[in-house]
Amino acid sequence: MTEFCSLEEAIARNVRDGDTVAMEGFTHLIPYAAGHEVIRQQRKHLTLIRMTPDLIYDQLIGMGAADRLVFSWGGNPGVGSLHRLRDAVENGWPQPLALEEHSHAAMANAYEAGAANLPFAVFRGYKGVDLPKVNPKIRTVECPFTGEKLAAVPAIRPDVTIIHAQRADRAGNVLLDGIVGVQKQAVLAAKRAVVTVEEQVEDLGAPGLNAVILPAWTTSAIAVVPGGAYPSYAQGYYRRANGFYIAWDDISRDRTKFQDWMRDNVLGKGPEAFRSYGRRAVEA
Amino acid sequence: MTGTFTPNEMMTIVAARALKNSDVCFVGIGAPSAACNLARLTHAPDITLIYESGTIGTRPTVLPLSIGDGELCATALTTVSVPEMFRYWLQGGRITVGFLSGAQIDRYGNLNTTVVGPYEKPKVRLPGGGGAPEIASSCGETFITIAMSPRAFVERLGFITSFGHGRGRGDREALGLKTKGPTRIMTDLCVLEPEPDTKEFVVVSLHPDVTQEAVRAACGWPLRFSPQVKETPPPTPEELRVLRELQARTKKAHSADA
Repeated sequence: MTEFCSLEEAIARNVRDGDTVAMEGFTHLIPYAAGHEVIRQQRKHLTLIRMTPDLIYDQLIGMGAADRLVFSWGGNPGVGSLHRLRDAVENGWPQPLALEEHSHAAMANAYEAGAANLPFAVFRGYKGVDLPKVNPKIRTVECPFTGEKLAAVPAIRPDVTIIHAQRADRAGNVLLDGIVGVQKQAVLAAKRAVVTVEEQVEDLGAPGLNAVILPAWTTSAIAVVPGGAYPSYAQGYYRRANGFYIAWDDISRDRTKFQDWMRDNVLGKGPEAFRSYGRRAVEA
Repeated sequence: MTGTFTPNEMMTIVAARALKNSDVCFVGIGAPSAACNLARLTHAPDITLIYESGTIGTRPTVLPLSIGDGELCATALTTVSVPEMFRYWLQGGRITVGFLSGAQIDRYGNLNTTVVGPYEKPKVRLPGGGGAPEIASSCGETFITIAMSPRAFVERLGFITSFGHGRGRGDREALGLKTKGPTRIMTDLCVLEPEPDTKEFVVVSLHPDVTQEAVRAACGWPLRFSPQVKETPPPTPEELRVLRELQARTKKAHSADA
């Protein structure tokens, strides 16, 4: 059963050095505040899993939190490179980063296999391409009924999944709305799950009878962190800060500039720094 | 007369023209997004645009910076989870055309968006495949839009991220693929289509005022031309107006979201 606590406690209790950690959110609802808390608590030797590493993993990688990255698209969407990710891969700075690289289809299937308690995912993919040559975890299986060769990848089973959501009720049931990505699968595939939410409410106000709701007994800890997805966004609360994504290109290109930014905006601040981004715009 | 236009505008407009009103189109990140939305705002108002973030039938008023901006979800017919998107809709064979771009392409329409140089010690680490490997294999056909330069149009790819026609005719069938693969490449200088017998891409249409020499100089392999090379019709005033308005709205919106 989940518990409401501070973000500091939620991360301290659930994320350990050497863990396999998935912070999900497909462009939308990316758990930035929680990622920053992981950096502040100086977790090391993490295996980071995310379909699109985005700025949050650029920051974790640049701060030396990760030994390994499992991913399927590592760019700054619509802007260009993730410079800290590139520096780690191309130059080993601040430390070498091992890559386990997939396609989106493979990772989406692998999360679903994890949630479904299956050992691996099977799908039609990776035909004629070179990724299987550099990733030994991409294999093929034969359909027992037709003999068709199909792609197979191991299920994703994180030690801990971290997500951000719009709201939780007092019992700790969590609602996600909008682009819901792979968060439900990532939570159900994990041993532990930490959730940050925009607000705690009496009534979830689900938009329909089939809303994406994670019952309280599927997560480990919930912290109320308004604005906690900034510069990503929370549909219905605030918009994606596309201007910040563009600005990150310059901030992250230079090692010193990056470190200065992290010192001023992450190491020297807490989750309350995100509050000013929450509820800023009604139309999102 | 249409007035002046940039090669980039010509590329987006010729790419938009390739789409039909009845298409169900999986929109790749980058240049394809502008082309697909231009098509929707001009000759193909009923086209179904799908982004890998799960948005189906989206109708954004400004171009998204990412494939998952809130605008895409707010204007979509419905939004599904990412596993559902890749399993039911893409792998399920529901998409008529996938629209891709890339860093490098070869004469058979194979794409590289992964690395330049050795994978383990890359000279340039590119973003990777994302949705593209399975978009390239599962959509009914794929269109590619990419600006021409010798660095982009290469003799041989160091890494195949998305499979086109492999090393030529019959390679897709040999892998068990039943989809057509890349059927058109739209660049800032010309349009290329695969020659039926070889599946090698050849120039079928030159944009206004572009010479064969200029196109050859921008290509890293010995480029061939179709026996009947046409001239691409220049942008219409309406196409240019809609594209420029879309880009102005987009720039304004993105700079406001700081």
